[in-house]
Amino acid sequence: MVRRPSPRARAAQWLLLAAVVAVAWLLGSIAAETSGRRHATLGFGYLADPTNFDIPFRLIPWAVGDTYARALLVCVLNTLLAAAISIVVATLLGLLVGIMRLSTNWLVRNIALGYIELVRNTPQLVQIIFWYVAVLQTLPGPRQSILLPAGVLLNVRGLYLPSIVADNRAAMLWPPALALLLVMPFVWRVPWRGFPIGAKSLLLIPVAIMLFLAGIDHTDLPALRGFNIAGGVQVVPELVALCAGLSIYSAAFIAEIVRAAILSVQKGQREAALSLGLRPRQVLSKIILPQALRVMVPPITSQYLNIIKSSSLGAAVAYPELYEIFAGTAMMQSNREIESIILLMGVFLSINLIVSAFMNWYNRRVALVVR
Amino acid sequence: MLRIRVGLAACGLALAVVLASVGIARAQNELKSPTMDAIKKRGELICGIDTGIPGYAFQDSKGEWQGLDVAYCRAIADALLGSPSKVKYIGLTSKVRFSVLASGEIDVLIRDSELTFVRNTQLDLDEPTFNFYTAQTFMVRKSLNVAHAKDLNGATICLLTGTTLETNIADYNRANNIKINTLLFDKPEEAFAAADAGRCDGYTDDGGSVAAARSTMKKPDDWMFIPETIGGLQPLGPFTRLGDQGWSRLVKWVQNAMIEGELLGITKANVDQIKQSTKDPEARRYLGLEGDFGKLLGVDNDWSYRIAKDIGNYGEVYDAYFGEKGLGLPRGMNNVYSKGGLFVTASWH
Amino acid sequence: MSDAVAGQRLPTRGDLMTPRAVDWVRRNLFSSIFNSILTIVVMALAALIVPPLFRWAVTHATISGTTRAACTGDGACWTFIRMRFPRFFYGNYPTDQYWRADVAFALLVALCAPVLRDGTRHRWMWVLLLLVVFPALAAVLLWGGVFGLSYVDTSLWGGLMLDIIASFVTVAGSLPLGILLAFGRRSQLPVVRMLSVGYIELWRGVPLLTVLFMSAVVLPLFLPAGVSADRLLRAMAALVLFNAAYMAEVVRGGLQGVPSGQEEAADSLGLRWWHVQAFVVLPQALRIVVPGIINTVVDLFKDITLVTIIGLFDLLGTVEQALKDPAWLGFATEGYVFSAMVFFVCCSALSAYGRSMERRLAKGQ
Repeated sequence: MVRRPSPRARAAQWLLLAAVVAVAWLLGSIAAETSGRRHATLGFGYLADPTNFDIPFRLIPWAVGDTYARALLVCVLNTLLAAAISIVVATLLGLLVGIMRLSTNWLVRNIALGYIELVRNTPQLVQIIFWYVAVLQTLPGPRQSILLPAGVLLNVRGLYLPSIVADNRAAMLWPPALALLLVMPFVWRVPWRGFPIGAKSLLLIPVAIMLFLAGIDHTDLPALRGFNIAGGVQVVPELVALCAGLSIYSAAFIAEIVRAAILSVQKGQREAALSLGLRPRQVLSKIILPQALRVMVPPITSQYLNIIKSSSLGAAVAYPELYEIFAGTAMMQSNREIESIILLMGVFLSINLIVSAFMNWYNRRVALVVR
Repeated sequence: MLRIRVGLAACGLALAVVLASVGIARAQNELKSPTMDAIKKRGELICGIDTGIPGYAFQDSKGEWQGLDVAYCRAIADALLGSPSKVKYIGLTSKVRFSVLASGEIDVLIRDSELTFVRNTQLDLDEPTFNFYTAQTFMVRKSLNVAHAKDLNGATICLLTGTTLETNIADYNRANNIKINTLLFDKPEEAFAAADAGRCDGYTDDGGSVAAARSTMKKPDDWMFIPETIGGLQPLGPFTRLGDQGWSRLVKWVQNAMIEGELLGITKANVDQIKQSTKDPEARRYLGLEGDFGKLLGVDNDWSYRIAKDIGNYGEVYDAYFGEKGLGLPRGMNNVYSKGGLFVTASWH
Repeated sequence: MSDAVAGQRLPTRGDLMTPRAVDWVRRNLFSSIFNSILTIVVMALAALIVPPLFRWAVTHATISGTTRAACTGDGACWTFIRMRFPRFFYGNYPTDQYWRADVAFALLVALCAPVLRDGTRHRWMWVLLLLVVFPALAAVLLWGGVFGLSYVDTSLWGGLMLDIIASFVTVAGSLPLGILLAFGRRSQLPVVRMLSVGYIELWRGVPLLTVLFMSAVVLPLFLPAGVSADRLLRAMAALVLFNAAYMAEVVRGGLQGVPSGQEEAADSLGLRWWHVQAFVVLPQALRIVVPGIINTVVDLFKDITLVTIIGLFDLLGTVEQALKDPAWLGFATEGYVFSAMVFFVCCSALSAYGRSMERRLAKGQ
C-alpha cells in the first residue's frame, strides 16, 4: 500500500474493537442469565462427571460411567480416524482420476469427467446417505456372510478382518520394527560411496516385517457367535459409508487440482524429458508430478480441512463422531448446550489449525526443494 | 439481507407487543397467562412436534400434518382460538426440542417426549399431563427367537440419539450384567433403514414409535415386539415452560376433555345429536350447556364441544393413528380406566 | 483439455464404417496396448453396470397410477415422485398460492440474466435491483400479509423453493460482509486486520453442521427473554455469517489480483482511500472473482441440505418426509436418486456458467 492510515482511522479501529467486545459481553451476559433461569451456571466442570451412555465404536477403552472428558477424547479419536482414512483414500483416488482426466484414451478421460461432474454437483449428505442406505445395506445378514480369502467376512454389519494377537516378545520386537520404518527416509539420503543409499534402504522394510511377524502369537479369525460375528477386527459400515462419502466427494475436487497442476507444468519439461529417452510413465512420476506437487499443496490443504470438517456428517449414518455424540447424547444427558457447542467448535478449530500449520510447513519444504 | 432486517424489525415489534400485552394483563388483573395472550394476539398456536414419525406426527401426501400429537395441537388451537387449523407446526429433532421450547419459540412441545424428573426440575419445564402411555420396547426379527430382553445380550440395537433410551439400555446392561450394543442415529429414517437391512438385530424406542418403525419395514410381519419392556413406564406428554400456570392448565384440560369425551361416549358423529337431546348433567356440563367451565380456563364455554366436534375424543384419535386405521397397535394402557387402561380425568365439577 | 474434448464429435451410426470413424476409434480408444486393455476393461464394467441400472430406472419402472398399488414391477417407482412432485418444489406452501413462488422465481431469473450476462449496460443498476429491490419484492410476495396477499408463514416454506431462497439470501448477505472482511484482512490497521483474520479463520475452521446446530439450539439462548426469531431466519443468519468468511477469501484473491499500479495511479490523482477502493480496485477485483463466487454458490447450494439435520424441510427434507408417509413406504432409493438429480441439474448449470465465465476471463487477459 502506498498511503499510511490516518490518525483518525487508527483511533477508529479501537472503537471497532470496543464495539465487538461490548457485543460479546452483552451476548455472554444474556446467555448467563438464560442459563441462570435454567438452574445451571456456565462452566466446564461437568467434564469430570460420570456419564451413563455407551459409545458404540471406539479406538480406546470406554465403559459406561467414564467421564465426559474421556467421552470427548473417544469422539475426537473417532473423528480423526474417519478423517485420516478419508484423506489418504481421497488423495490416491484424486490423483488417479486427475491423471485419468488427461489420458489419451477417450473412454477413460470421459469417465473421469463424468465422475467429477456427478460427484461435484450433488450434495455430500445425499452421497453419504446413499452409500450407507442404498449400497452397504444391500449386503447379506451375518448368517449369510460373504466369505473372502484369508478368513475375511463381509456382511451388512461390516467387514470382519482377522486380528493379530501379540505374544510376550511383541513388546520387544515391535518398537524396533516401527523404528526401522521411521528411519528409512533418513537412511535413503545417507551418502554411501559418493551417492545417497537411495532405494537400497527399502531393504529395511522386509526386516521390519519379519520382526513384526515374529511378535505374533496367533491370529483371531472372525466367526458367527450368537447374534454377531465375534473375533477379529470389525470395520463398521458406518465408518465405511462416511469415509466413502468423504473421500469420493473430495477426490473429485482433488482430481481437478491435480489436473490443473499437471497442466501448469510447462509442456517443454515433458518434451525435454521424452527427448532424453524417458518413458511416458517415468516422465509422469519423475518429472511432472514432483513439480506439480508444489502447485498442488495449498489447494489440497483446503480440501483436507474440508474433509475434517465434513466428517461431522457421520451423524447422519450413526458414526459416533464428535457431533453425533458430543452434541447429541452427551449434551442431552448433561443439559449443557452452550458448553457442548463451544467444545465442539474449539476442537474442530484446533484440529484445523494444526493441520494447516503442518501443511504450511510441508509447503515451505516442497517449495525449497524444487527451485 | 433485507429479509433479515424485516425479521429483526418483526422481532422487535413482537417484543413490544409481548411487553405491552403483559402490561395490559397486569392492569386488568385478570387471568395471567402471557402465553395465552400472545397466542390470541398472534391468532395461531405454535406447536413443536416431531419432524415426522408415523402415529405421532407425519405429513400425508397433501403435506398436511397428521397424528396423535398433531391432533392434540389442533385441539388446543380449537379450544383457545376457535379453529383447529390455526396452528403453526415446528418440526423438532430430539436434540433441539427442549432448548427451542425454553427459548420461547414455541408455545407447547408435544413431541412423543417422555416426562421425566430432570426435565421438570433442571430444565424448568412444566409437564401438565400425559397423552400416551408406553414403555421402551424392543422390536426384533421373529427369526431370532428372542423371548426376553436379557436374551439380547451381545445383540446390536438401533435407536435415536438424544433420548432417554440410551440411559435405559446402559442401566439395564449394568443391572443384568449383560451387553446390549447400540447404534445411534440422528434421524429415524436412517435408523429404520438400518434395522430393516439387518445392520442391527432390532430397534428400540417407546412402544408407539416402535410400532411406527415396524410399519416402515419391508415385511412388517417378520418383526415382533419383545413383550418385556425396560426402563419402567414411559409416559409421554406435552411440555410447557414453567411459570405460566394458566397456559399449562389449558393444555392439561384439553387432554382431559378428549378423555372425558370418550368416557361419556361422545364422538365426532354423535356430538350434535347429544348436544340437542341430552339430559345427562355430566354431558351437559361437558358440552358447555351448564356451568361456566370455559371462562374459568380463559376460553369460551363451547371449547370442549368444539374439540369433540372437530377433533373427536381420545379413542377416535387413537384409532385413527395407532389403532386399526393406523399402525395396528392395541389400546392396552392407552385405554380409559373403565376399559382397563390408565387414562383418567379430573371430574368435570 | 475440456475444450479439446468438447470439440471432438461422437461417432454416429452412419459414420461408423467410414475411415474417419475407424481412425477416431483407433486414435482415441486403442492407441496402445495399455489403452486397449483399459478400453476393454471399462467397456466390460459398463456392460455389467449399465443394463441393470437402465432396467431399474426406465424399462421396469412405473410412473403411472396414483397409489402405491401401481408399483408392482421390480423397477423404480417414479409414481411416488410424481404424486409428491409439487411438495418437493414448494414444501407446504398453500397449493393455491404457488403462483406467488413462481412469480418470485421468474423475477429472480429475469434479474439474474442481465447481471450475469456479458456486456450488460449499467450492470451496477441491475445488481442493485437484484440485491435490494428484489428481496423486498420477494419478501412481500412470499410472506404476504399485505396488499391482499394472504400471509404464508415460513414454517410452510419448503422443498427446492427453500433451497433457492436460503441460497439467495445467503449470497446477498454474505457478499457485502465478505467484501468488508476482505478489505479488513488487507487493512493496515492492526486491530481491524486481526479482527478480520480472527473472524475468517474462526468460521472457516468449524463445520457448517455445528454452525447450523448453533443457530437452532444455542442462538435462542443468546436472545433476551421473550424475544424469539424465526428459525428459518436464524438458520439463514448463521449461513450468512458462515459463508461471509468464504466469500471474504474469494474476494481477497481478487483484490490481490488487481495490479498495484492501478491503485497507485488512482492514489496519485489524489482520490481518497475509500474512493480508490470502491471505484478502482473493487470493480476490477469482483470481475476477476466471479467464477470463484459461482463456485462458492454451488457449494453453498449443496450444503443447504444440511438444514434437514436441524429439522427444516428443504428438498432433501421433504423427500425424507415423504419416505415416512405410511401410504408410500419403501421408496428411499427413488427419493434420494430424485433429490440428487435435481441438485445435479441445478449445480451443473451453475458450474457450467462459472466455467464459461472463467474461460472468457482467461481469454480477455
